[in-house]
Amino acid sequence: MVTEMTPEEIKIKKPYLNWGLSEKEYNYICQKLLKRLPNYTETGLFAVMWSEHCSYKMSKALLRKFPSQGVRVLQGPGEGAGILDIGDNQAVVFKAESHNHPSAVEPYQGAATGVGGIIRDIFSMGARPIALLDSLHFGEINRPRIKYLINEVVAGIGDYGNCMGIPTVGGEITFDSCYAGNPLVNAMCVGLMDQNDMQKGRAQGIGNAVIYVGAKTGRDGIHGATFASADFADERETQRSAVQVGDPFMEKLLMEACLELTHQHQDWLVGIQDMGAAGLVSSSCEMASKAQSGMELQLDLVPQREPNMSAYEIMLSESQERMLLCVKTGFEEEVKQLFKDYGLEAVVIGRVTSGHQYILWQHGQKVTDIPVSSLTEDVLEEQVPEKQPQRIQTAQEPITWLAQFDVEHVFYQMLQQPTIASKKMFTQTYDSQVRTNTVVGPGSDAAVLRIRRTKKGLAMTTDGNGRLVYLDPEVGGKLAVLEAAANLVASGAEPLGITDCLNYGDPHDPEIYWELHHSIKGMAAACRALKIPVISGNVSLYNENNHQAIYPTPMVGMVGLIQNLQPRATIALKNAGDQVYLIGTTKDDYAGSELQKLLTGSISGKLQDFDLASVTALLKKMLTAVQRGLTNSVHDLSEGGLAVAAAESAFATQFGLRLEVDLSDQQLFSETPGRFLVTVPAEKTAGFTDLLGSNAQLVGQVTAQKTLELKTLTGCYQLDLLQAEKLWEEAIPCLMKSKD
Amino acid sequence: MKVAVVVFPGSNCDIDLYEALTSVCQAQAEYVSYQQDNLSGFDAVMLPGGFSYGDYLRCGAIACFSKIMPAIKAFAEAGKPVFGTCNGFQILTEAGLLPGALKRNDSLKFVCKTVGLKVENNQTIFTQLYQQAEQIKLPIAHADGSYYADQATLAELEANHQVVFRYVGENPNGSLHEIAGITNRRGNVLGMMPHPERAVEALLGNTDGLRLFKSLLTGNLKEAIN
Repeated sequence: MVTEMTPEEIKIKKPYLNWGLSEKEYNYICQKLLKRLPNYTETGLFAVMWSEHCSYKMSKALLRKFPSQGVRVLQGPGEGAGILDIGDNQAVVFKAESHNHPSAVEPYQGAATGVGGIIRDIFSMGARPIALLDSLHFGEINRPRIKYLINEVVAGIGDYGNCMGIPTVGGEITFDSCYAGNPLVNAMCVGLMDQNDMQKGRAQGIGNAVIYVGAKTGRDGIHGATFASADFADERETQRSAVQVGDPFMEKLLMEACLELTHQHQDWLVGIQDMGAAGLVSSSCEMASKAQSGMELQLDLVPQREPNMSAYEIMLSESQERMLLCVKTGFEEEVKQLFKDYGLEAVVIGRVTSGHQYILWQHGQKVTDIPVSSLTEDVLEEQVPEKQPQRIQTAQEPITWLAQFDVEHVFYQMLQQPTIASKKMFTQTYDSQVRTNTVVGPGSDAAVLRIRRTKKGLAMTTDGNGRLVYLDPEVGGKLAVLEAAANLVASGAEPLGITDCLNYGDPHDPEIYWELHHSIKGMAAACRALKIPVISGNVSLYNENNHQAIYPTPMVGMVGLIQNLQPRATIALKNAGDQVYLIGTTKDDYAGSELQKLLTGSISGKLQDFDLASVTALLKKMLTAVQRGLTNSVHDLSEGGLAVAAAESAFATQFGLRLEVDLSDQQLFSETPGRFLVTVPAEKTAGFTDLLGSNAQLVGQVTAQKTLELKTLTGCYQLDLLQAEKLWEEAIPCLMKSKD
Repeated sequence: MKVAVVVFPGSNCDIDLYEALTSVCQAQAEYVSYQQDNLSGFDAVMLPGGFSYGDYLRCGAIACFSKIMPAIKAFAEAGKPVFGTCNGFQILTEAGLLPGALKRNDSLKFVCKTVGLKVENNQTIFTQLYQQAEQIKLPIAHADGSYYADQATLAELEANHQVVFRYVGENPNGSLHEIAGITNRRGNVLGMMPHPERAVEALLGNTDGLRLFKSLLTGNLKEAIN
């Protein structure tokens, strides 16, 4: 065993600086919180619990801007996941989490354990996980390293979710060179529960048992949380041991055992929490902190995979598939037996104590004795300077092109842009149907699952467009929320709540902190306008590679409720002769668009702001139209604008479209927000236009030919949809297989 | 008719079979743990899809030594219906109740999609409500579904009409003779990689699997068996 530094040596040699704790924080802990020098183990606990990943010390003040209240909110931020009331004594539970840094270093395990972690957050609340979504952002598919990252991340996600028997139903995959060295892997899990089964991560009741269940603790993932809170550089390869290794079979057993415990034996259980980031220390001290309890743990009792683990290693390990329970005195044996029936180990490792101390024993020595709150509540919030980036100060006026371009050529090229092209190559490696509730799987605006034995359905989506947030964090933040809401509305769902992953660069850079601040401001404004609370989420900072930050990329995960499932509410055209309407006004919005990227190779310009109130009113009307069954297909217009949306609606159907629009050629590809392409059967057009009024413009008909006929103010085009679909489907497989 | 849905550690399509039988077909079904050792009172046994024992070692290789397996073998030997889909099919081949083996897909990847199938034999208790040579569509979701057997076994399967479902259009995993599902010689044990239990409700977009369950639940199979 390595000899640990003494408290005095720690003070002089400052190893905590490498663990992410600043000198100011260390001195504050010594002088104000402990009034003594912390020992090696204690210093390690502070370093990990005071990391941004666990404490949100830099983002907390900004996160308070999000609305988190609402009539449906049963549990807001602060627990494993947020919970919303969906009627009939049922609730939906969801959360998203980033696993960007582990995935950059060891993509397969990084992605797999990201999925594993978010699933545990859901079942720790007492809910059955019913769906997974993933928001993935990679570099351009032009180098072997990028292809390797993509293949391994996709395989890690698929293997974990498939083995767990939880369908992966949606998400998004985009590509941009800013993510080349630091891909974004954000996983979201949605669960369903009876409200009576709600659990909390609390340890209370003096003498109650603290029970460890699941896999043994090894040396994997030590300092994962602090690792996630520091910049990447090329020496990242040496940090491989900070990545955990997943075992989905173990997690499947753990999930079934925990669900049996929470659903059938609530009288035994006080609280339950996942051992996620910062492993045993964070789960145990958070459980004690939330209940204002004390806790005493015997580390010799913690099941260990390797010999001679130090207290520091045991407490900081991020070995996967572990949960911590607080169980009433007298029921320890029953709990052990329940887990034994699943082939799992459950061990009493400590007790809830009076007072408020967090005490750890190892080999008969007291190795930690500090106030619980010093790890959780007393973290110094960090004030960070901020500054508007130069590019935003000097941004030009909105971009408009006057130059003529070849509509036909651009159309086919656009469908092959990786961000737009079919992702089937990846999504068909995910089991999207297991548990047989999937009404709409990958590839639509939102995924839809039915709720058995009700008429209800849940729609869900993830959306994040880093390019737009980069050009204007505030408008881009609003757009991220609007896009997610529009996707749900297109599926006939009322948006209920949001979980987010806020992916940014190093917040000590004043420009990056400004981006964080202003994008949150924009997101919060949209949440308020649309009355959608943020009920859970996470913050992932330091997404940089060799000091090059990613685009600021907030991911919005949104879940909506469908009161009466409408199987026809998908993007696909259903019937020749249906009338086609374009909803919303089209302007010249090219800054950050796919068209700009395609034509110029980069993005620039100023985003046009938009009126949240009128967009909110429009979404409301659209939702009513879909709910009343007036529409045969609805597709939200996003990347690539009208032309791409029209093509996507026709793909995988036997139909085409004949459209005549009073737009310029380039406006076919404009990305003005708040627009939909809708088809309406002839007998329902009167009801539809009455409802939508001047927002709806009749632009054409669904045809029985596989052609997209487009008439603009300046031209007339016949686009072959069979060829278009082939190009759209083959673009990514082709790039992934190419030699360079 | 009462159907046992066997649950192994890591089974995850057990609920799909159970709901197809009970809420869709209004039949009686019960979950039976791999730790049980008898199947008395049941008229049919179904082995669900999933990842029994995490597919560690080899798909189905550990599950086939479960405590329940001798009872399943006795059940099959008594001529009663045994059905396995996906991982259930893999377990049946590992247990020797069906010939051949399921190898890793040609693509080396998990694949979840709907594929075309031809009903090659409608003279079984599982397929009597389909037309002979009828083409249907069913979902697949597996990484190890490439059917393999030696030439003699394949010849015997074909000669005895034991190939019940064959992939048409595209062979999604590299199965020999495009085999998607086979019975034993007697016709009372069916294993198939596609998931009929995922195709029993119009709401979910496909009902082509429904007649497989109805075929079994209607009974009247004596003439159908060789």
